[in-house]
Amino acid sequence: MKKIEAIIKPFKLDDVKDALNQIGITGMTLTDVKGYGRQKGHVEIYRGAEYMVDFIPKVKIGIIVPSEKVDEVVETIISAARTGKIGDGKIFVLPVDNVIRVRTGETGSEAI
Amino acid sequence: MINTGDTAFIMLSAAMVLLMTPALALFYAGMVRSKNVLGTILQSFIMIAVVTFEWIYIGYSMSFGPDVGGLIGNLSMVALNGVGSEPSPTYATTIPHLVFMIYQCMFAVITPALITGAVAERMRFGPFILFSLFWTIVVYNPVCHWIWGGGWLADKGVLDFAGGLVVHLTSGAAAAAAVLVLGPRKGLGRDKFMPHNLPMTLLGTGLLWFGWFGFNGGSALAADGIAATAFVNTHVAGMAGLAMWVALEWFLYKQPTTLGAASGAIAGLATVTPAAGFINPQAAVFIGLLAGFSCFAAVTYKNKAGFDDSLDVVGIHGLGGVIGTICLGIFASKASNPGGADGLLAGNASFLTTQIFGVVVVGAYAFVVSFILLKITDIICGGLRVSIEDETVGLDQTAHSETAYNM
Repeated sequence: MKKIEAIIKPFKLDDVKDALNQIGITGMTLTDVKGYGRQKGHVEIYRGAEYMVDFIPKVKIGIIVPSEKVDEVVETIISAARTGKIGDGKIFVLPVDNVIRVRTGETGSEAI
Repeated sequence: MINTGDTAFIMLSAAMVLLMTPALALFYAGMVRSKNVLGTILQSFIMIAVVTFEWIYIGYSMSFGPDVGGLIGNLSMVALNGVGSEPSPTYATTIPHLVFMIYQCMFAVITPALITGAVAERMRFGPFILFSLFWTIVVYNPVCHWIWGGGWLADKGVLDFAGGLVVHLTSGAAAAAAVLVLGPRKGLGRDKFMPHNLPMTLLGTGLLWFGWFGFNGGSALAADGIAATAFVNTHVAGMAGLAMWVALEWFLYKQPTTLGAASGAIAGLATVTPAAGFINPQAAVFIGLLAGFSCFAAVTYKNKAGFDDSLDVVGIHGLGGVIGTICLGIFASKASNPGGADGLLAGNASFLTTQIFGVVVVGAYAFVVSFILLKITDIICGGLRVSIEDETVGLDQTAHSETAYNM
């Protein structure tokens, strides 16, 4: 099993969620995050005083999938979240040792 | 003889001017960081208590009591002695004396509240109250008497319709002194002092604009043609200030801003205040445009110069008072108000000189005395500023044990 963490532009969230639903991904965890990469921040001006805002709002979605589904999920996220402009985000794939469903005690892929 | 129309109008105007103090609190509070919202609001709002107390017991008598040497009113009306439901023989003779007294009270309340913008996010609450009390007694009351209470500046012919000198220049000059005495907020130039809630600032702007109709319109002290002139001039000057500031931003920074719109409107409204009942609407439009331009330039300069007049009391209110009072010397016409004066454009250059004299006297007096009062308050209270630690945590928690947003 793998955990896929994708940091994307907030306005792309609905597109990504719908696309993942269509390939059978039934759950995800969402976190509001702020950060910067190559996109850097932006400038805000208040009564002529300029402030550099480094951290830009993004959303991070977390999904646990069986290992064989990783490529399909990653491709789906990329195609739904891509605008082609700088700041589209990043995807991380991490190993997961186990998953346990709290209600029933099921473990492994059964619990996803 | 009491005129019921005048009385109703001035009572309503007094209520509208009262509203301007909490409106100012919101206007300012939107511009500070979220940790200093309540501290900023309360410094303005508490003035309703501090100054009303002062006003009914001594302030009204000092300002509007029978004249002593052109400098101050005597104390014969202390604790509202003789101020009742009959009209005053001297002021606003068609409304109850009590109505005139409470209308003037609202002006005295908002004036020190204006100063809070200069010391925002760093001044201790207690010392600010003490300073405001001293200031109202030693700066506001005398200047009010000199101009509106039959004092020496009124004798010289200085005119101020609704408070360009009495309200905006006195508070602006005090703000300049306070900026110098207190010094900048910790982290100026490094930390981000971004407004935390501009919708709050815009709400305050709207309520201030509404109240300003009472502030300027009511200063006619009657529901008459001069009130109508002042009412219209107030609106068009606010409009022109707003338009000018937004246009400048759009041109220079490529994007118009909400804070710019609010700032321009307040600049226009403050600047037309001394002139509102003495000029025609075309002059008011010009004054509003000039206010938007000048105050924008002043605020831009302040940012470059590194003065921490945090919420631009000097650049908007102080400068607005100066420009408006001088413009009155140019645009005043007896055609607009037979009880006023003719200015430069009506061929009377000496009135312009008189107005400039008024600006210099009031500005210098308010600045010097405010500076001294701040130093005295500093000694009495053992410091004007909160500790560095409290400044970091914010005034809401450290001075008031409250949080503005519990979410």
